[in-house]
Amino acid sequence: MVNLINSIFRKLTSPSECLRYPFVKRELPEGTRGRIDIEIDKCIFCGACEKRCPANALKVTRDPKSWTLNPYSCIICGYCIEVCPKKCIIAHKEHYSPNV
Amino acid sequence: MIRRNTIPFGPQHPVLPEPIQLHLVMENEKIIQALPAVGYVHRGLEKIAEKKDFIQDVYLAERICGICSFMHSQNYCQGIEELMKVQIPDRAKYLRVIWAETHRIHSHLLILGLLADAFGFENLFMRLWKVREQILNIMEKTTGARVILGVCAIGGVKRDITPELGEYVLRELDSVEKQLPELMDSLLKDYSVKQRLVGVGVLPKDKAHELGAVGPVARASGLRMDLRETGYAAYGDLDFKMVVGEAGDCYDRTMVRVKELYTSLDLIRTALKRMPQGPISVAVKGSPPADEVLARIEQPRGELNFYIRGNGTRNLERFRVRTPTFANLPALLHQLTGCELADVPVIAICIDPCISCTER
Repeated sequence: MVNLINSIFRKLTSPSECLRYPFVKRELPEGTRGRIDIEIDKCIFCGACEKRCPANALKVTRDPKSWTLNPYSCIICGYCIEVCPKKCIIAHKEHYSPNV
Repeated sequence: MIRRNTIPFGPQHPVLPEPIQLHLVMENEKIIQALPAVGYVHRGLEKIAEKKDFIQDVYLAERICGICSFMHSQNYCQGIEELMKVQIPDRAKYLRVIWAETHRIHSHLLILGLLADAFGFENLFMRLWKVREQILNIMEKTTGARVILGVCAIGGVKRDITPELGEYVLRELDSVEKQLPELMDSLLKDYSVKQRLVGVGVLPKDKAHELGAVGPVARASGLRMDLRETGYAAYGDLDFKMVVGEAGDCYDRTMVRVKELYTSLDLIRTALKRMPQGPISVAVKGSPPADEVLARIEQPRGELNFYIRGNGTRNLERFRVRTPTFANLPALLHQLTGCELADVPVIAICIDPCISCTER
């Protein structure tokens, strides 16, 4: 009972544990695996990422030169980033927004 | 003559985190027989694994479970490494232990919170999950993701824990440990909580052995079985001490999980202290040979088995998963027989059911 009263008063006087989202957004740590993107100028369209993608989310064609990612299938595992010979695939910190 | 009624418990029920149906044959308030019906979240994962590359299967194995995901990928990688006779660096073994134990802590805090919610102690549920948030933050900061870590790879791990990150992890663990006693007192010493847990769903030691119970369910009944004692990964160097209960009731199962939280905290601290310097992975070339292996690991819920058979190509011949919840289902049915209907949620939650793992 004493513990409970202590806990109630402590919580009454301490700040809230929750962030006032969307006014205050959570800061994502460095190295968070978020949205996958490409620096298309560097891409050689070799198709290594498409071949390795475990979720079949990538589509690469040489003629016409195109690199397409289906964000609904992407599982953000980062395997494409590892295998890219030109290191042109990057992961942003933030995640896909609901209206991708 | 007392009339018998059958009550369907689930698949959608407020206390069940995942869908399973229990047909409860009742006589008044007493359960005479409990029959499970599974198959609501079957994904055909074992067949998909055969169609994908063995390296892609690491990501697939990680997605068997959404709670102890790292341990699935760890077990898969350990199995493939054994099959391909790959020796991984010592530092990778320690890093695997650190992430596996953070997963154990977050899984135990999750189920203890759900247990509190099952017997109506919502405040405790919220506070346990608040502590769990700190563990998730540790995982996010060290690996880049909160639960599906994606850092385990065949031949080692993908990310390292720098000394600065190690300091951060230790600070967070100290903070978690400071908050635990108050919460655990509420869980283990409170009169009303004890009324709901003590003597409920008793599973005697011999019955636990006979029914093949695993993990905290078996340990709470007094069976000394924890695969971490075999010393896989780096557990052999970390002075691991097993937690064993006696009575085999819901209270002991809760107590085993609470004590394991402290064991895991100690294991992470020791691993961070003793972790050797060096590389974190080795390059793996070739394909799994035409051979078979049974990979075993201690998950938060018990022993996880993967049977892996290669055929010399990039694809696996067979990938079979036996998860701890599957092994604990017969024990659950035994506990339910003879109990009151009001105790069903607590008993069901106390085996820590993970149905999506079970059905794969």
